[in-house]
Amino acid sequence: MATATTTYREALREALREALSADDRVFLMGEDVGKYGGSFGVSLGLVEEFGPERVRDTPLSESAFVGTGIGAAIAGMRPVVEVMTVNFSLLALDQILNNAATLRHMSGGQLSVPVVIRMTTGAGRQLAAQHSHSLEGWYAHIPGIRVLAPATLEDARGMLAPALADPDPVVIFEHGSLYNVSGELAPVEGPLDVASAAVRRSGDDVTLLTYGGSLPKVLSAADLLAGEGISAEVVDLRSLRPLDDATIMASVARTHRAVVVDEGWRTGSLAAEVSARITEQAFYELDAPVGRVCSAEVPIPYARHLEEAALPQAEGVAAAAREAVGHRG
Amino acid sequence: MSTSHRKPAKPAHHGTHQDAAAKHHRDLLASMLLIRRFEERCVELYSAAKIRGFVHLYIGEEAVAAGVLDALGPADAVVSTYREHGHALARGVPTDAVMAEMYGKATGCSRGRGGSMHLFDTSRRFYGGNAIVGGGIPLAAGLALAEKMRGGPGAVCCFFGDGAFAEGEFHETANLAVLWGLPLLLACENNLYAMGTPLRAEHGQTDLAMRAASYGMPAWAVDGMDVLAVEDAARRAVEGIRAGHGPYFLELRTYRFRAHSMYDPDRYRDKAEVEHWRTRDPVMLLERRMRSAGELDDASYAELDRRCTDEVDRAVAAAEAAPVEPVGDLLRYVGTVPGDLPEAR
Repeated sequence: MATATTTYREALREALREALSADDRVFLMGEDVGKYGGSFGVSLGLVEEFGPERVRDTPLSESAFVGTGIGAAIAGMRPVVEVMTVNFSLLALDQILNNAATLRHMSGGQLSVPVVIRMTTGAGRQLAAQHSHSLEGWYAHIPGIRVLAPATLEDARGMLAPALADPDPVVIFEHGSLYNVSGELAPVEGPLDVASAAVRRSGDDVTLLTYGGSLPKVLSAADLLAGEGISAEVVDLRSLRPLDDATIMASVARTHRAVVVDEGWRTGSLAAEVSARITEQAFYELDAPVGRVCSAEVPIPYARHLEEAALPQAEGVAAAAREAVGHRG
Repeated sequence: MSTSHRKPAKPAHHGTHQDAAAKHHRDLLASMLLIRRFEERCVELYSAAKIRGFVHLYIGEEAVAAGVLDALGPADAVVSTYREHGHALARGVPTDAVMAEMYGKATGCSRGRGGSMHLFDTSRRFYGGNAIVGGGIPLAAGLALAEKMRGGPGAVCCFFGDGAFAEGEFHETANLAVLWGLPLLLACENNLYAMGTPLRAEHGQTDLAMRAASYGMPAWAVDGMDVLAVEDAARRAVEGIRAGHGPYFLELRTYRFRAHSMYDPDRYRDKAEVEHWRTRDPVMLLERRMRSAGELDDASYAELDRRCTDEVDRAVAAAEAAPVEPVGDLLRYVGTVPGDLPEAR
């Protein structure tokens, strides 16, 4: 089938349009998702198409509108709640952790919470400390929710439908640097599998594991490494909770070396979890210590050169890969 | 088990208006007495280490649960707090299932996963106790939003306290509910203390109903020790909600006779203050009113009381004998696994 040129933003919008068309129970709500079109333009035009009841502007009350989404989900609706950014989701963390993630268990299985919560994450746009967090690892810590990170056009287009079909809460992280990424997208064919990690580039010498906004940087690093004769395999985690251990370990068993790249701070990061699992499950496959490339332990600074120095970059990933490959078991 | 005495009374075809009123009063008295006897037993069971965790007693506040929930029907939904035994029982959650939950047994209304603070019964649209102060308020708004979007007739009643009135979640949700015209009854149980902090030390303006009204919804204060006043107010509010007038707020002025929880030594209140409020015991007030109206005598009161005590006795016996969840099921009900799907409403 013919592909079409689209952007990450348009792919997300098309997924929303499809969901709103397919199921009366689906509605979108969040700050400025209506006429404004969403802070990042994802929902532009949807209020004109579906009306203000189903594309619902909310007051600036993150806890109330996220909690309202959770309550509506319990009652059988399929809300998609847009939290403008992960930074503001902290104001709703009580609702996500103490209600969405716990209600099924606390009620002895009586309640389902089929809510989808979307939010922008990440740094790289000189927005300084309060608008540059990457807290996916915090959310991935919580039993009872699924955490997805679409890094490609296909995943931007395809992850919403399975998220809405999931009877449990799903949090989707959209990295702010990806919205303008454009490329060719094939038409949707059947439901997307969101449980598996994906090998985005095959290689033999080292496995680079990443997700979301770091994927383009890691692919660039793999290009750099290829020029030096190092063949890097790039694994896109896609689902941050649950993690697809099988795909991770299969790759590590082939390359015997692993570097985890994560825009979160290193201490207590998702990269730490992935690294620990590799050590637990594939220790004897390893020819080198598992490497990690994370953000520096500093509030993300405004100045461009400082921000770039604080975040994982392709050159730093390549350096970590070289170090791993330099180790001979 | 019989729950008939907790249902709203309907005038019988062959009865007189007075008979109907007397029966209705008996139902309300029975509802309050059951809560009282249940919780008195909880104190004994807690002291005997049969039940653990946090246990927040409702004794003294029974008129609120009995009165407000009498104004609701089965299509309506209820969201409660961690002080919820009264709400659950008045909503008709079986006494057996509530007691078994206190015991942490598999037959508990939350299969022993919730305990005293997290009682759930979706078949009665009882959406549980929330142990984060104010945390249930947005949830209730969501249930109300779903009702409104589907054009259903139901109202959602959300209980919370004067402490929760200081939480952002109350104020955010009050604004949102008015903005969206949600069918939501915000039932504020003002028992004058946020744990140990008195109302005047927590709120710069202690007239909570006035502050709620400032959001643009009907709001008024009610004598929360008078079950008939509570019921009347709740009925009027629910009528307004069903007529599409959006959310209502009731400040139910009440008092807990016991400490905040079983852990609380209750050092922050005057004994004289507690004794004063005990003269306004809601069970006693209704009992007296019924006696003076000739609706109740010693024998009928004793009979009613015995029925409540028996029901609690049976619930305790059943909970004692009930099985616990197997440890092998520890990880159930976290995420959905095949064959483990609840019926979506």
